[in-house]
Amino acid sequence: MTIEARFHIEKAGFTQDVDLCLPARGITALFGPSGCGKTTLLRAIAGLERHAGGFLKVGDMTWQEGNRFIPPHRRPLGYVFQEASLFAHLTVRCNLEYGIKRVPKSARRISLQQTIELLGIGHLLDRKPGLLSGGERQRVAIARALAVSPRLLLMDEPLTGLDLASKQEILPYLESLHDELEIPVIYVSHVLEEITRMADYLVLLEAGRVVATGAIHEMLTRLDLPLAHDSDASAIFEATVAGNDKDYHLTYLDFAGGQFTVIRKELPVGSAVRLRVAARDVSLTLEHQSDTSILNIFPATVDEIIPEGKAHVTVRLMVGGISMLASVTLKSASVLDLHPGKSVYAQVKSVALLS
Amino acid sequence: MMLSEPDLTALAITLKMALLTTLILLLLGTPLAWWLARTRWRFKFLLEAVIALPLVLPPTVLGFYLLIALGPHGPVGELMESLGGRPLAFTFTGLVIGSVIYSMPFVIQPLQSAFAAVGRRPLEVAATLRASPLDRFFTIAVPLARHGFLTAVVLGFAHTVGEFGVVLMIGGNIPGETQVVSIAIYDHVEGLDYTHAHWLSGGLLLASFLMLMVVYAINRRFRSFQP
Repeated sequence: MTIEARFHIEKAGFTQDVDLCLPARGITALFGPSGCGKTTLLRAIAGLERHAGGFLKVGDMTWQEGNRFIPPHRRPLGYVFQEASLFAHLTVRCNLEYGIKRVPKSARRISLQQTIELLGIGHLLDRKPGLLSGGERQRVAIARALAVSPRLLLMDEPLTGLDLASKQEILPYLESLHDELEIPVIYVSHVLEEITRMADYLVLLEAGRVVATGAIHEMLTRLDLPLAHDSDASAIFEATVAGNDKDYHLTYLDFAGGQFTVIRKELPVGSAVRLRVAARDVSLTLEHQSDTSILNIFPATVDEIIPEGKAHVTVRLMVGGISMLASVTLKSASVLDLHPGKSVYAQVKSVALLS
Repeated sequence: MMLSEPDLTALAITLKMALLTTLILLLLGTPLAWWLARTRWRFKFLLEAVIALPLVLPPTVLGFYLLIALGPHGPVGELMESLGGRPLAFTFTGLVIGSVIYSMPFVIQPLQSAFAAVGRRPLEVAATLRASPLDRFFTIAVPLARHGFLTAVVLGFAHTVGEFGVVLMIGGNIPGETQVVSIAIYDHVEGLDYTHAHWLSGGLLLASFLMLMVVYAINRRFRSFQP
């Protein structure tokens, strides 16, 4: 199952050419700076804007081809706008029911109750939107979009414009969405942090064109892309909880390249987690250090090196087939004689648990 | 009872005229206002200026042109005659046509600005929630623009009740057919019958004040629900 989209969009002084084939599962992020055409592309996919000559196929449904154009209200999609845009004249409950009422019973796969529980808005149902906080409003908007049982969920920077507390409030709900519903999501964002936490697949956009596409962990560690040169450059790892150590209060997490040891989290054995390791938290040694306080040390092979500013280099390492980034000084790289193919040990100072 | 038989008839004609006018204006004005609020047509301003004309023109000017158009030698009058009817000048129908044109800006403008205030976003949201264009209009645009409808109805109605110049020009002053309250008052004053003039004028003043008060009170309540 894939999503095929081809658009040639021309708007006052802005041209956008897009030819994409995306996986129709998991979260696909459209990522790029403001004004790169992310929202325009999302609106074209939703059918909110009609661009002649476009082509769009979602799974086995053709939404646009030649003169054929399915209007948005006949497309089984959900759309979350940047501002919650709740209907001000309706209560939260009526906002949620607005879409469901218009979906035939046979096409309902998600119940109203399910969406209410998933987003934790049961206590808000009888309120008017004007009396909700920003975070609450956006949760209702997400629930409202989910309640129509969409076959594709489109989200346009749902966290932008919210304060940090509201963001922290919504992120877990978005993540549970990812884990519990099998709806493909296209998520527009310009915030790397959101992308690393949630996305499975990444489309990098710049000035109206697609720079690169690929699986998120690949994209984050590709040295030819700007993501690996961000000050927050990092690699992510999908891991499962292998066990807990009661005495030392630690949790062991297995991933394809080995095992991470982190401060104990109350997670059941076998559950899936996403880890992030920042490039600046990885140092390299030539020999396995045994007299060190660092717990996470992995044998690795240098894959690629690229200069970063005047004093640093960014090194892409392969750890058991998974790529990791390390930021070291040019001097260290020279002293250790780093070059592609060289075997080293990656010492990871800190690991962030993303979910 | 301080109102005479002819006064009551004039009152009934006034109400009938105002109700009909308001109804016609709502039916014609709603789609027009909707279109004006959303179109990107280059020459929209021309149409807007035409609709606003009755706001600035002396009613006698408007009435004069209507009289010519609706009279036996005017385009509309000739059309009516060729269809076997009679000219519309000095008839109740002619009066309603005149009122519709005269009160048009009072209905269209509040509706247009209320629709414009709704914006595109709620309608786009409704589209992504499976609502067809007509469905969106009735379930989203109209309820969100309700204060505009209330203002339009009351202003359109009250303004029609209060018209004088246009009515005098095209309606004449035929008791039982085209004599409305405002003209009856004028007649009473001309005939130095101040008692009846007082009763009619006072009644109109009170009714108008009550209507406007209700509009402002309700509009305030609507607004307090908006975010």
